Amino acid sequence: MSKIRFTVKGALTAIALATALPGAAQADINVGVIVSATGTTAALGIPMKNALMFMPEEINGEKVNVVFGDDTSDPSTATNLARRMITQDKVDVIIGSSMTGAAIAIAGVANENGVPQLAMSPINLPQGSDAWTFRMPQQVSLMVAAVVEDMKKKGVKKLGYVGFSDAWGDFWVRDLKTLGEPAGITMVAEERYGRADTSVTGQVLKLVAARPDAILIGASGTASALPQVELRQRGYAGPIYQTHGSVSNDFIRIGGKAVEGTILPAGPVNVAEQLPDTSPVKTPGMEFVAGYEKAHGENSRNQFAGHMYDGIQALKAALPVALKAAKPGTPEFRTAIKDALESGLDIPAGHGVFNFTATDHFGLDERGRVLITVENGKWKLL
Amino acid sequence: MDFNIALFLAQDGITNGAIYALLGLSLVLVFTVTRVILVPQGEFVAYGALTVVGLEMGTIPGTAWLLLVLGAAVFVADALRAENGRQPRILMLRALTDLVLPAVLLGVCWVVAPLDLGVWVTAPLAVALVAPLGAYIYRLAFRPLAQSPVLVLLIAAVGVHLAMIGLGLVFFGAEGFRSEPFTTASLTLGPMMVSGQSLWVLGTTSVLITSLWFFFGHTITGKALRATSVNRLGARLVGIPADRSGIIAFTMAAAMGAISGVLIGPVTTVFYDTGFLIGLKGLVAAIMGGLVSYPIAAAAALAVGLIESVASFEASSFKEVIVFTTIIPVLLWQSLRSSHVEEEEE
Repeated sequence: MSKIRFTVKGALTAIALATALPGAAQADINVGVIVSATGTTAALGIPMKNALMFMPEEINGEKVNVVFGDDTSDPSTATNLARRMITQDKVDVIIGSSMTGAAIAIAGVANENGVPQLAMSPINLPQGSDAWTFRMPQQVSLMVAAVVEDMKKKGVKKLGYVGFSDAWGDFWVRDLKTLGEPAGITMVAEERYGRADTSVTGQVLKLVAARPDAILIGASGTASALPQVELRQRGYAGPIYQTHGSVSNDFIRIGGKAVEGTILPAGPVNVAEQLPDTSPVKTPGMEFVAGYEKAHGENSRNQFAGHMYDGIQALKAALPVALKAAKPGTPEFRTAIKDALESGLDIPAGHGVFNFTATDHFGLDERGRVLITVENGKWKLL
Repeated sequence: MDFNIALFLAQDGITNGAIYALLGLSLVLVFTVTRVILVPQGEFVAYGALTVVGLEMGTIPGTAWLLLVLGAAVFVADALRAENGRQPRILMLRALTDLVLPAVLLGVCWVVAPLDLGVWVTAPLAVALVAPLGAYIYRLAFRPLAQSPVLVLLIAAVGVHLAMIGLGLVFFGAEGFRSEPFTTASLTLGPMMVSGQSLWVLGTTSVLITSLWFFFGHTITGKALRATSVNRLGARLVGIPADRSGIIAFTMAAAMGAISGVLIGPVTTVFYDTGFLIGLKGLVAAIMGGLVSYPIAAAAALAVGLIESVASFEASSFKEVIVFTTIIPVLLWQSLRSSHVEEEEE
């Protein structure tokens, strides 16, 4: 009998030890990552998932655990994932999501629970509800400003616009109007289309009929090539602008000859080799390009994987500071991460130099954008 | 809108309408024979287009592997289910269609893909790869439910649609593709330039519709399908196997979907999930035909294409809203016209 009791006691000790283990593991840093790896915006989420290869195994001797979730391009799934990661996995910081709607949904949860969020989409939030949200991608208005400047230089007065009938298309129309009008640029045609549309003939005919000096296509991914191909087929010869949502090699592959000479605002990471050596972005940019293309093939670099790389750079800069102030897994540690990010660290990364402050949670300035064009099927710095 | 623009819009609308017509006809065919509303019809379009792209890039497309796996699954499921399914003669026959056919097609892909033989080889091969998918999907997902109410069949169809979308993402990736055009020639008719590709779309659709008419009017198989759709029980009583009718209907639907995909591949960017919206517009046309009338469905498809094209010119932000709103007056008219409520046959 006593022998049996002894084993029972042993088992109980083992259970006690086992249950204590997750407690010990909580000293690890837990990073929640939510991207849209499937669904309608998978083209953005998949490269971001790929770029998780840059996540360090440990920071200042503390092990980094990545908890990954796919929100399937659905904001309500993103909300559930974020809640589960916070309550169950005790994450210290959430990266994501790649999709605008899902990123906004996560921002709500992050703000409610006091967990820092590194959004992978340049989301706009009402005043006060972005206390815990830091965006890695460039603010749309920063990119629009660069485009408007170039249009002004070229003497563009009448602008034609065709873009997605979604939030991305709306952001661009809004900022083009507010920044374009002071520069004397008026929008003479505003057309919309859907990502999965098989024909944009009607929109293109209307655009060409309005005789604009230049046309901007407010779309993303490979779907942004369709209007441009159609415009060139209908004999439109003026300059065509695209957004930074189109900066991927697949865009050139689909568009072929029709996208030669397109002007796009982009993060400098896309043309890292062509940057001057003095640029603070060159070193991290080259590190990203070399690492990513080694793993995923030549010319596989793109805007979106760059954002994830940047998010990881921000963690590498902020977490060591936060580790000095508190233990991972505690509310104090999460506040310390937020404070470290807001302390105005200059964080050089692929897309620019991040400099968040308590009032500016976008962090990128003019160093975070360049204008590029397509020349002989390659990206070229303008 | 001047005359020139109207002509261009009409050309665009008719070309798109022709594709919707093919899909609308497939939906009517499948619904009348099996009572399944074929939600995954659009996926056959995307699979067709992307299989061509895969072959052009010199790879063996995921469709070929899917065919092999589904074929084997169907073979095993049938052998386990049917009472007479384990007779050697039937097993041999089934092995031919379920195991040998996909293996042969895979072998053809393996030989053809690296040779870069152009669209005249890749396009028919893509259709040949996608068409048997229809039959396998019917036998795997819908035949066991053949006696279920329409609603159950619809739910199964949605399930198949979701599964196919997910597999499409795995096979073809999230980015869009364009295939090589059949022809780069174009024709000038008065003030209008007609692209060779849209002539291909119109020509193929006309040929397919004519052969469908011949098939249903003048062949025994076609007449058997029609009999099944008029009265399923009656058809079985006179010896028409409902089972085979279903397989034929699904194979034809998958083939027509794949042909549509092959035709639009060169003129637009096709994503793994592009098919759903195209299929939905085919469904609008099919519903306008009451899900029973082929001529009305075809005419309605052309109308949908034209409405869409004019809407994208006049009010592009509301294009989809306008297209899908047209279904409401049609539904109203159809519910007013039919005075009695038909009992669903169980």
